[in-house]
Amino acid sequence: MSTVLEKLAGSFGTEIVATHSDFGDDTALVRRDRIVEILAFLKDDPELLFDFAMDLTGVDHFGEEPRFEVVYHLYSLEKKHRVRIKVRLPEDDPVIDSAVPVWPGINWYEREAYDMYGIVFRGHPKLTRILMYEGFVGHPLRKDYPKDRRQPTIGPEE
Amino acid sequence: MKHQRDGAPGYALSTLDALVAWGRRYSLFPLTFATACCGIEVMGALGTHYDISRFGAEVVRFSPRQADVLLVAGTVNYKMAPVLRRIYDQMLEPKWVISMGACACSGGFYNNYTVLQGIDKIMPVDVYIPGCPPNPEGIIDAVVQIQKIIETGAPRAAERWTKR
Repeated sequence: MSTVLEKLAGSFGTEIVATHSDFGDDTALVRRDRIVEILAFLKDDPELLFDFAMDLTGVDHFGEEPRFEVVYHLYSLEKKHRVRIKVRLPEDDPVIDSAVPVWPGINWYEREAYDMYGIVFRGHPKLTRILMYEGFVGHPLRKDYPKDRRQPTIGPEE
Repeated sequence: MKHQRDGAPGYALSTLDALVAWGRRYSLFPLTFATACCGIEVMGALGTHYDISRFGAEVVRFSPRQADVLLVAGTVNYKMAPVLRRIYDQMLEPKWVISMGACACSGGFYNNYTVLQGIDKIMPVDVYIPGCPPNPEGIIDAVVQIQKIIETGAPRAAERWTKR
């Protein structure tokens, strides 16, 4: 097990569901309840220093439960190492705490995940659609969004 | 001297129309609404090799108030559609629209939740250029087609278009 995952498991033993380092990519599946604490630890610990939230995205494991997944890709400009954090969310309650207090730059990624998958980030400063327009109904990257559904074209006056 | 029927266009008006049409034909100012790779081909058509100024359409106007032809080159999604429609509405009459490339004509291979399936859903289109992307000859041909519309006095698409 790599240093990053060992430190993570040492500090948040019961919060870590599973870890692996397949293909050299350290990955940890964690519970959602203390996600902000975990992310803040990864950012602030002097041996880890994950100061760069490279990406956040959603995944729809349609037909599984828990259905949704949030994936964080973190990088340390200081230590030059990476880690991937995954959190699974149930279909009837796809809510997770926002990571904006940890990295302000993760703001738009969370809005994108909300727009495309309907994942709600609790405490986000402005959780509105970022790619689709205001009148759009539904979340188009969910696997149960009909691929041939077309929504009415909005006019310039609307 | 034989008198003309009432209501028929008079001699002077007819030649003035022809003169104005001649002027319009060789001074089509395009507004290039380039959103994708088609825009690169528009640049090629404007450049020295293809040189669209031979047809009097090289003066690109990025203000819709000064443009005669709206050249929609590229993918238009639903979020962009009201912007494009507003630009069209801001153009002064008479105006023509060229839909360039598969995306602007029909959505192209982007048959999905976000791409408008052809700009003729929101505005009249006079000339379609097929291709992905079309080459600059296609743009030249479209300009010539619009010159023919002006020359013959054929109705513009705006005169027979209904929103679908």
